[in-house]
Amino acid sequence: MGIRFILMVNKQGQTRLAQYYEWLTLEERRALEGEIVRKCLARNEQQCSFVEHRNYKIVYRRYASLFFLVGVDNDENELAILEFIHLLVETMDRHFGNVCELDIMFHLEKAHFMLDEMVMNGSVVETSKANILSPIQLMEKAS
Amino acid sequence: MAMHGMRGLSVFISEIRNCQNKEQERLRVDKELGNVRNRFKNEKVLTPYDKKKYVWKMLYIYMLGYDVDFGHMEAVSLISAPKYPEKQVGYIATSCLLNENHDFLRLAINTVRNDIIGRNETFQCLALTMVGNIGGRDFAESLAPDVQKLLLSSSCRPLVRKKAALCLLRLYRKNPDIVNVDGWADRMSQLLDERDLGVLTSSMSLLVALVSNNHEAYWSCLPKCVKTLERLARNQDIPQEYTYYGIPSPWLQVKTMRALQYFPTIEDPHTRRTLFEVLQRILMGTDVVKNVNKNNASHAVLFEALALVMHLDAEKEMMSQCVALLGKFIAVREPNIRYLGLENMTRMLMVTDVQEIIKRHQAQIITSLKDPDVSIRRRALDLLYGMCDVTNAKDIVEELLQYLSSADFTMREELSLKAAILAEKFAPDLSWYVDVILQLIDKAGDFISDDIWFRVVQFVTNNDDLQPYAAAKVKEYLDKSAVHETMVKVSAYILGEYSHLLARRPGCSPKEIFNLLHEKLPTVSTTTIPILLSAYAKILMHTQPPDQELQSQIWAIFNKYESCIDAEIQQRAVEYLALCQKGAALMDILAEMPKFPERKSSLIKRAEYSEADTAEQSAIKLRAQQQTSNALVVTDQHSANGATSPVPVGQLSLVKVPSMITTENDTSSDHTLSQQNGALSNVDPQPPSADLLSDILGPLAIEGPPDATVQSENNAASGLEGGSDAIDGSAIVPVEEQTNTVQPIGNIAERFHALCLKDSGVLYEDPYIQVGIKAEWRGHHGRLVLFLGNKNTAPLVSVQAIILPPAHLKMELSLVPDTIPPRAQVQCPLEVVNLRPSRDVAVLDFSYKFGTNMVNVKLRLPAVLNKFLQPIQVSAEEFFPQWRSFSGPPLKLQEVIRGIRPMPLPEMANLLNSFRIMICPGLDPNPNNLVASTTFYSDSKPAMLCLVRIETDPADRTQLRMTLASGDPTLTFELKEFIKEQLISIPTAPRAPAPAAAPPAAQPTPQIPPNDPAAILAGLLS
Repeated sequence: MGIRFILMVNKQGQTRLAQYYEWLTLEERRALEGEIVRKCLARNEQQCSFVEHRNYKIVYRRYASLFFLVGVDNDENELAILEFIHLLVETMDRHFGNVCELDIMFHLEKAHFMLDEMVMNGSVVETSKANILSPIQLMEKAS
Repeated sequence: MAMHGMRGLSVFISEIRNCQNKEQERLRVDKELGNVRNRFKNEKVLTPYDKKKYVWKMLYIYMLGYDVDFGHMEAVSLISAPKYPEKQVGYIATSCLLNENHDFLRLAINTVRNDIIGRNETFQCLALTMVGNIGGRDFAESLAPDVQKLLLSSSCRPLVRKKAALCLLRLYRKNPDIVNVDGWADRMSQLLDERDLGVLTSSMSLLVALVSNNHEAYWSCLPKCVKTLERLARNQDIPQEYTYYGIPSPWLQVKTMRALQYFPTIEDPHTRRTLFEVLQRILMGTDVVKNVNKNNASHAVLFEALALVMHLDAEKEMMSQCVALLGKFIAVREPNIRYLGLENMTRMLMVTDVQEIIKRHQAQIITSLKDPDVSIRRRALDLLYGMCDVTNAKDIVEELLQYLSSADFTMREELSLKAAILAEKFAPDLSWYVDVILQLIDKAGDFISDDIWFRVVQFVTNNDDLQPYAAAKVKEYLDKSAVHETMVKVSAYILGEYSHLLARRPGCSPKEIFNLLHEKLPTVSTTTIPILLSAYAKILMHTQPPDQELQSQIWAIFNKYESCIDAEIQQRAVEYLALCQKGAALMDILAEMPKFPERKSSLIKRAEYSEADTAEQSAIKLRAQQQTSNALVVTDQHSANGATSPVPVGQLSLVKVPSMITTENDTSSDHTLSQQNGALSNVDPQPPSADLLSDILGPLAIEGPPDATVQSENNAASGLEGGSDAIDGSAIVPVEEQTNTVQPIGNIAERFHALCLKDSGVLYEDPYIQVGIKAEWRGHHGRLVLFLGNKNTAPLVSVQAIILPPAHLKMELSLVPDTIPPRAQVQCPLEVVNLRPSRDVAVLDFSYKFGTNMVNVKLRLPAVLNKFLQPIQVSAEEFFPQWRSFSGPPLKLQEVIRGIRPMPLPEMANLLNSFRIMICPGLDPNPNNLVASTTFYSDSKPAMLCLVRIETDPADRTQLRMTLASGDPTLTFELKEFIKEQLISIPTAPRAPAPAAAPPAAQPTPQIPPNDPAAILAGLLS
């Protein structure tokens, strides 16, 4: 399975994007997001980017006010996920130009499109930024 | 900057953003939901644009954590929109909002299929993505051929094919049958020749799933993987777009190495050499660079390479190279690398024999235990725990103790439990063990479960040399100003028993000890007061010459508690006061506690049931089994109480008595006391407990040996030639009578083992009686009926059946009549409730008299672990996610077992099936392996799924590797040990001739062959 979910949360703990690759009910999601936010947001820069939670791990990275939290299986390669987060951010940067929290909020649909191009069913599909962005560019041209 | 044409959505998001608090947000959301619901309901013709807008609003609201079920239909209906923007929203919203079992999804299946087989590749991509994310079994059945066609099509562009690969992976997980192994292996191999790295990345994920299921079928993919890895590692023909900070797709490299880890070995020497060259390059060539992203990416590859090297069991040189690298990593400043270094070192500990090299890094690991980051501390704790053995236990435990004072609360319980277990397992000497436990109680009393102090009491009781030391130690702790209640308990117990050994030391007169204890009384809870009362009674007894003042002081206390509302306290007060007035009887009854019979790591066993994070305990237990505890050995060497009696006395008085005289009436005369082991247990409301620990605190405060003086006289007389029998006899039958001159018919052990596999049969038979058993098992309940059949023409009298249940079973035997008429059969129902997983066995202590023959046998009852199992067939798609979710010890344990009774594989499969562990054929591609599953039922937890994998070696049938996984560490361990026992020895050996040759009265349980460990345990219990 690999990736179980990807969350983007601001430093106030508000969810800005949530994509789950395993089905959880709304209540489970709320509880999970609450627990994870409490656990991860309290950590500082000197601490490592991995937090063990329940029976899986969270690999996270902070960019300005926004946290990217990725839930993965315990045997997943942590550093590969950590850099995958950065690849996602760089891809969004290329599209939005210096991406910020507001871009993701107000262009939630684009963030979702990008994510769908990069991850399917918890596995990485594509790591080339040009390939990830081409469908979105196509769509923008069309509309 | 708003979304194209979706102004309303932007406005809504802004408004939500401006909400000051959750309440405002809720109001705004409710308003919007009302609005959306109305629009969907009332306006018959919503434009696709409007629909799209509303669906996005719903998605946003859903993300905020609100229910939007009403809009599911609208989301799904957008899938069939003709235009791309609407269709796209439909697909994305559907995969976010619905799960695979949703009915609406089935409605869309045709539309989705049309998009997949249609010519519009953007539509194809959308459809494949959604099916890849949430497609269920229905989709697997109707879409698999189309998806496979797309993946293999040469006319299809990579952007479609890469999605088809992952879509197929999803469908395969939903229904493995859709991929025909024979045909697909070649295609998979061809797919790996793909030049496009997007398609290759997805295909590699597909391969990982396929080989994890059946590596043999995909053997041909192995060299392709090595080639791919080589291509990437040497950066040959890698487009710039796929290089990440100069590193050729680190994700694909990691994925490829992951796939390689599913092949057990690499046989082809050329492929192996190539792979090792590449791995060597990665191991040696990864430098630390300034750029953090580049560094992470290269180390992601490096750690995966390490895992692969470990898996391939490379030459020793390469292994040491790996440990050296990890040693470097755990000392760097970068916290991520440090974390991963520790994590991988722990993994290394499990798979290979590098413990000695890892020990060199002990100091550094201990430093990590103090790291400011809890993630790293946990890794360090795990690693220290795993690497602990006799040589370094002292250092490690002392570090844990030191750390305990500063550790955060979330870790303290785990820490103290681990320290206690390590201290017990690897103690160089027992005084050190006592020191450790007392320090633990002192520093983290709140986190110390009763089992820990019970255990220390057990050791002190069983080791005479330790008693004065322990007494002096606890007194030191009591002198401190603030004392934890657990410390009061353990001190009260130890000082009550042994403070007289200190009497000559300054400050240790009975009066001073009493005062020291008594000043704690106002601070403790009702559970501790009974222990204090017992201690007072014992102190008083030991005061020689009698101290009138102390006596009146203590009597006054007993007086005061005589009317205490707590029954336990009241009972003790009343009894002690009554006993005090009986003079000599007090001495007898309050005599020193007898030795505890040595039981297998009862602390560890109990500790597992505590609420603590049980995570690592069974791993320890595992190790504990391999290394005998020093403490256990020591107790064996000492004979209890010098001349008094050999060990079994303690067992008798502690275990047997309560159950034997529960029907005796209440008024205990001195006579009954001395006759019945001095136990006042007539009012004991508890069922007889086989667990000795609980007896320390049982209502019966003063279980002593029958009466020290009488008994030692007995022993002095008979001790030389069968002391244990004299004691045994006194507890069960009049000494004059001969026991067990009657020989059983058939082998008792064999009968027991047969009954473990079936539900009815004969448990025991001799010339006079036949004991049959019939059982019905349902979940964690069992209903057994014992059939006692008198085979003779004369009645059997003094029939007694007593159940000695292990701690994990609740057993209730209905009344057994005292006499069985000639040729009659009596039925006695026995109810069993399973509380927890355990391999301990219940014992039926059965006796009767025929003429002058007294027959007494201890029979193991087949209420064994496997009776609480329910076979379950698990499909591959359920098995593998489960299997992987139990990522390692203690939930998943692996062991190489040698000395297996050789048997063909089908026989082993039958054996497992007969234990209700169901073989799941076809899950493991290797024909030499078995995969099986079962569910375990207990009263304390819902049914637990257990998964088993047995890998046999066709060249050597006497060994195998077993892996067991379940959601409960104790269960995993117990079941593993259970299966192991079944595989190693099924006692079919004829009965040892010894019993016949031995004097008739010598052994209470001569029927049990001495080579049967379970029987020995059962013997111990009785």
